[in-house]
Amino acid sequence: MALPAMDPGLDPSSRDIPLFAERQKVYPRTVKGPLRRIKWAVLIVCLAIYYLAPWLRWDRGLDHPSQAFLIDMPGRRAYFLGLEIWPQEVYYIAGLLILAAIGLFFVTSLFGRLWCGFTCPQTVWTDLFMWAERLVEGDRMARVRLDQQPWSAAKLGKKAAKHGIWLAIAAATGGAWIMYFNDAPSVTREVLTGEASTAVYFFFGLFTATTYLLAGWAREQVCTYMCPWPRFQSAMVDEQTLTVTYRDWRGEPRGKHRKGESWEGHGDCVDCRACVQVCPTGIDIRDGLQLECIGCGLCIDACDEIMDHVERPRGLISFDTAANLIAHREGRTAHPRLIRPRTIVYTLVMLVAAGIMLATLLTRSGATITALAERNPLFIRLSDGSVSNSFVIRIQNKSAITRHFQLTAQGLADATVQIAEGEEPPIAVTEGVSLPVKDDGVGTFHAYVHVKHPTQTETPFTFTARAREDGETVTYKTTFRGPAR
Amino acid sequence: MPTKGEKDSLTGRETTGHEWDGIRELNTPLPQWWLYTFYATILFAAVYCVLFPAVPWGLGHSKGVLGYTNRGAVDQELAAVAASQAPILNRIRDADLETIRKDPQLFAFAAAGGKAAFADNCVPCHRTGGQGGPGYPTLADDDWLWGGSLQAIHQTITHGIRNDDPDSRQSAMPRFGLDGMLTPAQISDVADYVLSLSGTKAPAEAIQRGGKIFAENCAVCHGEKATGNREVGAPNLTDQIWLYGSDKASVVDVITRARNGSMPSWGQRLDPVTIKMLTIYVHSLGGGE
Repeated sequence: MALPAMDPGLDPSSRDIPLFAERQKVYPRTVKGPLRRIKWAVLIVCLAIYYLAPWLRWDRGLDHPSQAFLIDMPGRRAYFLGLEIWPQEVYYIAGLLILAAIGLFFVTSLFGRLWCGFTCPQTVWTDLFMWAERLVEGDRMARVRLDQQPWSAAKLGKKAAKHGIWLAIAAATGGAWIMYFNDAPSVTREVLTGEASTAVYFFFGLFTATTYLLAGWAREQVCTYMCPWPRFQSAMVDEQTLTVTYRDWRGEPRGKHRKGESWEGHGDCVDCRACVQVCPTGIDIRDGLQLECIGCGLCIDACDEIMDHVERPRGLISFDTAANLIAHREGRTAHPRLIRPRTIVYTLVMLVAAGIMLATLLTRSGATITALAERNPLFIRLSDGSVSNSFVIRIQNKSAITRHFQLTAQGLADATVQIAEGEEPPIAVTEGVSLPVKDDGVGTFHAYVHVKHPTQTETPFTFTARAREDGETVTYKTTFRGPAR
Repeated sequence: MPTKGEKDSLTGRETTGHEWDGIRELNTPLPQWWLYTFYATILFAAVYCVLFPAVPWGLGHSKGVLGYTNRGAVDQELAAVAASQAPILNRIRDADLETIRKDPQLFAFAAAGGKAAFADNCVPCHRTGGQGGPGYPTLADDDWLWGGSLQAIHQTITHGIRNDDPDSRQSAMPRFGLDGMLTPAQISDVADYVLSLSGTKAPAEAIQRGGKIFAENCAVCHGEKATGNREVGAPNLTDQIWLYGSDKASVVDVITRARNGSMPSWGQRLDPVTIKMLTIYVHSLGGGE
């Protein structure tokens, strides 16, 4: 039956327009230049930190992990050099993430996608995998030819070697990941001897697989299709942001140029497509700033090389602002303004966040106390007419030695305290009881506070715990409850 | 009419061929593997529907070839928990109560287990945290009818009070009023006397008369000084704690018809380990001796 021709969506002639595209495989060509050298340096530094940091040792005494960077999940502790974070202190990590996010916004508003182009793990590992690929299969043209060749023993050998190296790198990456959550030397031995836990093998396998897939196969598609950051980084970028820019006012009209020919009426762009061939995301920067551009600047290196060759000034493609681009089209020059409301606000937010974190870090106490009042029942009348309240006292001892905290209470008249865990009879709250809390641990005690003649239904008072060893004192305000008079 | 391969004049890109009110959509194709990922999820769903319970019909549903059920999974988890708790439960079974109380690990486990068992079995009368109520003793205070030591509490829980367990705690207060042993006036005097022991004001003559009647009728169980006798569960009448109320009417009522509250024999209902854990928990509520 013929479909109504009015509906263009069902027009048979338009049916085979593909809504899904085959992947255009990108074969980036190798390139030399200052930005490429910076990229190598950043890659080496980042990878060295990632692979070697778990092996850094840090002496914390016996019974404590000697790893400088360790997230001990079963022990509920995170160690960063001299700092030991307890679960209730994860706001430090929240603070770090806030600083990192604002820092990213700040850098992006100044220099565009520096993070994406140089330091993002996806970029770093993709770069490393491409290096391995070049090592085995050769540069761009050799790789294109190899992929077009029919399968042969030589092709199979090259592909196997490449994937072997990729998998080795991926395994090292997955292996380093689990070292941040386990003691590095012992977990390495356990993994190699087959004694590690299922969880360790699972995460080892997971991060090996994701590294292999994302850096080996998915590559630029992670940035283009998966990553949310390119989608909203335009919110930080404005006309004063330095981005990888093709200076069309210089380059156009582009076209082939013979040596010795006049440059009159001819742009500097000789349409050699070097910038396209080196691009790791396979775009043409001459089309302007695009979502896919990760700002790595390899096209700058490639173009500068060509400009030297054709004896034109460098910088046909360079880090430049949109404002300058427009100004030059009109024959003016606009210098980038680094100090803008946007960058000032980001700086202030970073300073405030860093200040708050530093303040909490410097005033961090070595102990905390909480006293949870029993609510069922709120109070108990005893046979001599006095009233008892019971409290669950928890004292955290974050120091490296066992400490004895003298627990006293202020604000209660004629009161005694008794600890359920001890054998001692009730003792006056002003005198108090000694509670031992072992190093790097939490002591939980049940305290019965008896008041002879409570005069009101609610009496505010304060528990104080003072460490005998070093005098550190922590307090907790709470309420003593009695019957209505 | 848009046809295949039409180019948008402004961007030079292909359109999808769709046009609505003059607006044409640029074709921005997703990668093919994205589509295959979608097919993979459909395949996953199909496999899942075969393996697991998935399709409802009328009064039932498909069972799945793996035979998985949530309830079965919970049963497995419970069995695993029971297996993991077995060593410590065995230690509690074999240890005596004082040892359990002094071992931090056993104490913590027993107190937690006792708390759960208490909530299931004891809370209806003794209320949460053992706070008690009229007729049901508070277990968190320092006043005990039958004793507050670990042994005494264990005995009381195991065999109960005034029930048909041959080993239950037994005693009976006479019905002084209903059985005509004392006249209402005498009962009033005794009540005045008893209340005066804990500081309640009453006419001196009434207290004097009541004291005489007390010595003749009550002292045999409650003691010469009315401080009670745990052998027969006779409460201390000189303290501030009154099981049935501290006003005179309540005391007169108790003397007239006697209350003789009872408690079940939990040894017939609960296993010995649970009773031990209950003992530890009740002892830890604040009044343990």
